Amino acid sequence: MESRIISYEKAVNEAITQEMTRDDRVFVYGLDVADHKRIVGTTAGLVEKFGPNRCFSTPLSEDSSLGFGIGASATGLVPINIHIRVEFLLLTLNQLVNIGNSLRYGSNGKLSAPLVIIAMIGRGWGQGFQHSKSMQSIFAHIPGLKVIMPSTPYDMKGLMISAIRDNNIVVCLLHRWLYWTEGHVPELPYTIPIGQSRVLREGKDITVVATSWINVEAHDAANVLAKKGISMEIIDPRTISPLDDQTIINSVNKTGHCIIADYDWLNCGFSAEVAARVSNQCFNQLKKPASRIGFAWTPCPTTRPLENLFYPNAVTIIRETEKMLGLSKTDLSNEKFHTYENKFKGPF
Amino acid sequence: MPNLLLNLYKKMYLIREAEAEICREYPKDEMKTPMHMSMGEEAIAVGVLTAIGDKAQVWGTYRSHAIYLARTEDVNGFFAELYGKVTGPGGGKAGSMHLANPDKGVMMTSAVVATSIPLALGAAFSSKILDDDKINVVFFGDGATDEGAFWESVNMACLWQLPVIFVCEDNGLAIHASTAIRRGYKNLTNIMRQYRFQYIQEYDGTDVEKIHNITRSSIKYLESGPVFLSLKYYRYLEHVGVNEDFNSNYRDKNEFLEWYKKDPIKIQKQKLIEAGFKKEVEDVENEVMAQIKTAVDLAKAAPYPEPEELYKGVYDGE
Repeated sequence: MESRIISYEKAVNEAITQEMTRDDRVFVYGLDVADHKRIVGTTAGLVEKFGPNRCFSTPLSEDSSLGFGIGASATGLVPINIHIRVEFLLLTLNQLVNIGNSLRYGSNGKLSAPLVIIAMIGRGWGQGFQHSKSMQSIFAHIPGLKVIMPSTPYDMKGLMISAIRDNNIVVCLLHRWLYWTEGHVPELPYTIPIGQSRVLREGKDITVVATSWINVEAHDAANVLAKKGISMEIIDPRTISPLDDQTIINSVNKTGHCIIADYDWLNCGFSAEVAARVSNQCFNQLKKPASRIGFAWTPCPTTRPLENLFYPNAVTIIRETEKMLGLSKTDLSNEKFHTYENKFKGPF
Repeated sequence: MPNLLLNLYKKMYLIREAEAEICREYPKDEMKTPMHMSMGEEAIAVGVLTAIGDKAQVWGTYRSHAIYLARTEDVNGFFAELYGKVTGPGGGKAGSMHLANPDKGVMMTSAVVATSIPLALGAAFSSKILDDDKINVVFFGDGATDEGAFWESVNMACLWQLPVIFVCEDNGLAIHASTAIRRGYKNLTNIMRQYRFQYIQEYDGTDVEKIHNITRSSIKYLESGPVFLSLKYYRYLEHVGVNEDFNSNYRDKNEFLEWYKKDPIKIQKQKLIEAGFKKEVEDVENEVMAQIKTAVDLAKAAPYPEPEELYKGVYDGE
């Protein structure tokens, strides 16, 4: 398939535009989806191309807006509800956890909710307590919901199209910094199955299971450690729920070492889920207990020096790998890491 | 017209007697689902839903026995669901609080107050976009008007002029708390008049025919936008359960006795008899009682779901 290099942001926009062209039941709505900023460009052109009935901004009523989407999806439409921050999605938890997730179960399979929710997650630029989280573990905890966190433009487009065509509620959590990343993306529509992990980088010494942005950090860490002869395998689950754990288990059985680098808090989180499955399935192959990397166990501080400590990064992964493999500390003073902290000049 | 009056009576009688049967059977502990009884509100469910007819797509609450039976007349499925049997519309998974039967117009019912209101808006949006002939109607109690989802939904429905009928079944109580101790304003309907509803009607009575007519006249306004009906009734039984609770000190039995003088079923029966339909009333009552007996017998005899049912229906495509 013909492919070219485009940004993650463009891949989101392309997936939505192509699906809206294919299926006129698809519509996009949410706070400010139709304003002049168009959700950092991801909803650009939709009002112009499809009209105000298929792309419209809503009152600041996240809870009922999501209920509106469930009702519309149960009766023939395919809504895409966009939240510029995952924290706003927390206002809809009742609709997601009490209503949407049990609509199909409670109607004995008669109703479905083909609803897509897109929420921006993670680090921006001094975003503080309420514009900084990921929350995938909260959503993945709920039967009836699916959760995806694609980390490359290619996966983004294929998984987004699958999400729109899926007859269930799919929560798509997209990291703010990933919107700037670029990669090969076929122009024509394609799908990537929801529920398939991907080996992002092959290796033999250690497995790093990484979610969302932290795949970029893991890639940097792998490059640094490769110079020391350490071969890191990186697994991106891409789908948090339903989780394809077999790809992870196969990798850990091969390497005997496992670090789970999750873009979230550790406590009762997705990292704990992966660690439990790995310990259960790879017990005899593990040379060390699986270990976990994630957010500091605090609200996210605003000031840059503390914010830098809150979020895990490539250095965190390198240090954890050294510890697990019994290596000396690598001198990182000349390493240049992939960072977007300074790309932001504010305000958002 | 006599057919309509008799039909209204028949549905109300079915609801009342089905619940009377629940009251008799519940102590045996075979229906293991919390019952929020409809007794007292029959005229609202039957009046509104008969007026709308087969086009009605209904969204309700945990107190939906009346709505379910008024819309579907599926008394067999109703009892099967309460008994937790596989022959119920939810295969026993839904129970009393989540009665639903989308094929017969009852879309979903929710046990978290006010939360099915926005779904009705979404369905109304679907109807508008898909240009189908469905009429979406959402029932909720006055307790729901304390919730944010209610105000958000009223705003969105009026902003987007969605074709949806709001029916506030106002029994003056949220669980055990009266409106007087819950409201920082004087009158809900007056506030609703500030919103861009196309039609608003408040009715403080139990005459099913009157409710039917109010609803009939409201339907034409849906072409332009939403409709708000505030209909009062008195909850005869406790919030949850099949008993009276007049000894609990939060309400007075005299209130009930006042309302019972105009019990919807009693007054409708009286009307029919005065109009010379005594025989027809008797026939209808006999027919309904036989239906209920059959339904309960069938429900008791029906199997429970097999263990593998536990995992079925969580996701589409599995």
